[in-house]
Amino acid sequence: MNLRRDVFQAIADPTRRAILLLLASQSLTAGAIAANFDTARPTVSKHLQILTECELLRQEQTGREIYYHFNAQKMKEVADFLEPFRALWEDRFNKLEAVMQQYKSQK
Amino acid sequence: MEQKTQIQAAEGRQDLIITREFDLPVALLYRAYTEAEIVAQWMGTKVLQLENRQHGGYAFETSDPQGHVLFKAHGTIHDVIPHRLIVRTFEMVQAPIGPQLEFLEFESLDEERSRLTLHIIYRSEAHRAEELKLPFAYGINMAHDRLQEILTTLK
Repeated sequence: MNLRRDVFQAIADPTRRAILLLLASQSLTAGAIAANFDTARPTVSKHLQILTECELLRQEQTGREIYYHFNAQKMKEVADFLEPFRALWEDRFNKLEAVMQQYKSQK
Repeated sequence: MEQKTQIQAAEGRQDLIITREFDLPVALLYRAYTEAEIVAQWMGTKVLQLENRQHGGYAFETSDPQGHVLFKAHGTIHDVIPHRLIVRTFEMVQAPIGPQLEFLEFESLDEERSRLTLHIIYRSEAHRAEELKLPFAYGINMAHDRLQEILTTLK
């Protein structure tokens, strides 16, 4: 149940957003990802762990190496995050319109 | 189907713009926001107070049939130009969003149609994020309540 919130926390961090951007075009190992940042290696590992836990990244074993893959499907769900909020307002405004249509016919 | 209600929430900002076109003359759309009895109908809440004038205030409250307060919101009216503009604050009591500043612009498109542009400014980007997450949280709570209900009947 906390998954959704975790996704938001995950993308709220600028380093994690940079990692997602980096992996959007290629799959890399933890070492190769860390090489792109000034941040300490354990910090990058922690970021990767968080992104993996909320399914924005997937791990895949290739030989001895673990590669991180970007999970586009999960990212799409996050991109749709405005939809429940929009639906809430749509519903509210539909009610407003229906109520006022009655006042219109009363004229 | 075309979406009548549009939300603009640019990244890195602390505001939101909600727009909607109505099959209503602008005068009726404006009434929907300024007459307590009508607000109560479409908002589905009790309107305790609605003084539509400069420095006026408003308060909404919704209770369940047992009398527990489910929703409580209030604000102050800063400016009113009939059929054109309402500037007000809004705050949902006991929500993590805090007070927000709202500009409600009413626009006539033709005799029978009008547009509402609701520009909401939050205290910070983080406060806006809380607002956007709220429908999710609500949905999750609802699902949780359903689950609870089912589990209770199974007992």
